[in-house]
Amino acid sequence: MKQFNKLYFQLALLAAVFILLAILINNLTINLSRAGLEFSFSWLYRPASFALAEHPLPYSPSDSYAWALFMGWLNSLKVIIVSLFLATCIGVFMGLARTSNNTILNFTSAIYITIIRQTPLLLQLMFWYFVAFLGLRDNTFTPLKGILSISNQGIELLGLNLSSEFSALLFGLSVFAGAYIAEVVRGGILSVSTGQWEAFRSLGLPESSGLYKIIIPQALPAIIPGLTSQYLNLAKNSTLAIAVGYSDIYAVNDTVINQTGRAVESFIILLVSFLILNLIITNGMEIINRMTLNTNKYQ
Amino acid sequence: MDHIAVRTKKLSKSYTQGLYALDDISIQVDHGKVLVVMGPSGSGKSTLIRTFNGLEPFDEGEVNVLGIQIDSTYDERKIRKIRKRVGMVFQQFNLFPHLSILENITLAPIQVQKRRPIEAEEHAMHLLSQMGIATHSSKYPSQLSGGEQQRVAIARALALKPELLLFDEPTSALDPERVNEVLDVMRRLAKQGMTMVVVTHEVAFAKEVADQVLFMDAGKVIETSTPDLFFSNAQHERSRRFLNQIEKK
Repeated sequence: MKQFNKLYFQLALLAAVFILLAILINNLTINLSRAGLEFSFSWLYRPASFALAEHPLPYSPSDSYAWALFMGWLNSLKVIIVSLFLATCIGVFMGLARTSNNTILNFTSAIYITIIRQTPLLLQLMFWYFVAFLGLRDNTFTPLKGILSISNQGIELLGLNLSSEFSALLFGLSVFAGAYIAEVVRGGILSVSTGQWEAFRSLGLPESSGLYKIIIPQALPAIIPGLTSQYLNLAKNSTLAIAVGYSDIYAVNDTVINQTGRAVESFIILLVSFLILNLIITNGMEIINRMTLNTNKYQ
Repeated sequence: MDHIAVRTKKLSKSYTQGLYALDDISIQVDHGKVLVVMGPSGSGKSTLIRTFNGLEPFDEGEVNVLGIQIDSTYDERKIRKIRKRVGMVFQQFNLFPHLSILENITLAPIQVQKRRPIEAEEHAMHLLSQMGIATHSSKYPSQLSGGEQQRVAIARALALKPELLLFDEPTSALDPERVNEVLDVMRRLAKQGMTMVVVTHEVAFAKEVADQVLFMDAGKVIETSTPDLFFSNAQHERSRRFLNQIEKK
């Protein structure tokens, strides 16, 4: 009897929630149609008529909103993929440095991790953009002639032009995520028992090959889940691109909303595009995870 | 000098001021001999043999292993030279869990001695069949019993054709009925003339195999003698007390 009462109560609650939702949505549609903004995506095919500083594929203001948003999405993808790669390199190096016996490496890495994790990402992005790049003013810094040159226009690497907005975002995200990844890597390495270090050392193996052949393969199962969530954070943090004026999906979306007033549809597009992006990252990492678990047949 | 495998001079190590893990230890092990190190836990016996292959740094004195001399400055190049010629077997086996038994054994010969994989594998299979576990070669460590894992660990140490083998309580983590399969392998190695330093509590093994027994307590060498003398007529009161304790078990 009690069981039935419980069930009825839950059904009633569910119905109430649905009714409330329906009222809210109805209210929203009525108000939107009063403002002449009925829920629809047909405006996506109208010309965007705004320029984009960066677009990986050909784009002009006469192209549609949909194409402009797609360019934003590609820009996001571009900065996220390169940042993921760079952040992983920084994080692995700093994580290894943090666990090493070398005092200088260990100390440098500790300082890096502390400073980066203790300051806001937005501030760091501002630093990279306004201090590191725009702060160069008219000076061009050429560490490697013909290969690498850095100016307030961005970075030129082997004929590849990276805008200062892209570069600032890239460094900001990578250096920030790198600090967190370093801690994930350190945790993974510390999870391997000291006996494993002693075993490879007493066999005369050098530290580098012991690390590569013995320690890292055993640390990976502990590293990958933490790494996945850092990757997702990095992808989501890329929306701070708007602070340095990089035309990522969020920045383009912002312009679109300003022009069209289509906030509801635009936010749905924004949410869906991040959902897709993060599902790709999560599933990719899940595949890598399964691969490492397969090679670790002992589990 | 040529007949000496290991010699320590005034070897000392302290963790905290005034508390010695190793206190002024001077010992010598000749080639082809077996030294058994005994003593209560915390007496420094593991610490002592771990200084022989540089796993344990020390503060004072010197260690000479196979003619290579190391002191308190940690000379990585010299230590690696020693490690290439000295095998070590641990209490917890420390096999590499992500590698097959065969890969565990061939890793160092291929990586360190640059031997051809086929040659290293043949040698590994030969060692495994000597240990009576050749059928397990493609399994992973977790699929083996403790005794089998420890025999793999011995094969792994032997794969580098060492001139000296160090055993750090090799049977302490084993089930009682698995102890002998490991001790048998060690007995055979001793008979073949392998130089060995063994930290163990196995009195019967020490009586049978040791050329010399070293008794330690609180980081000091209390006495060194032949097994006959040590087990029948220990000179020091501390040694006799220890022997009484382990006989009660």
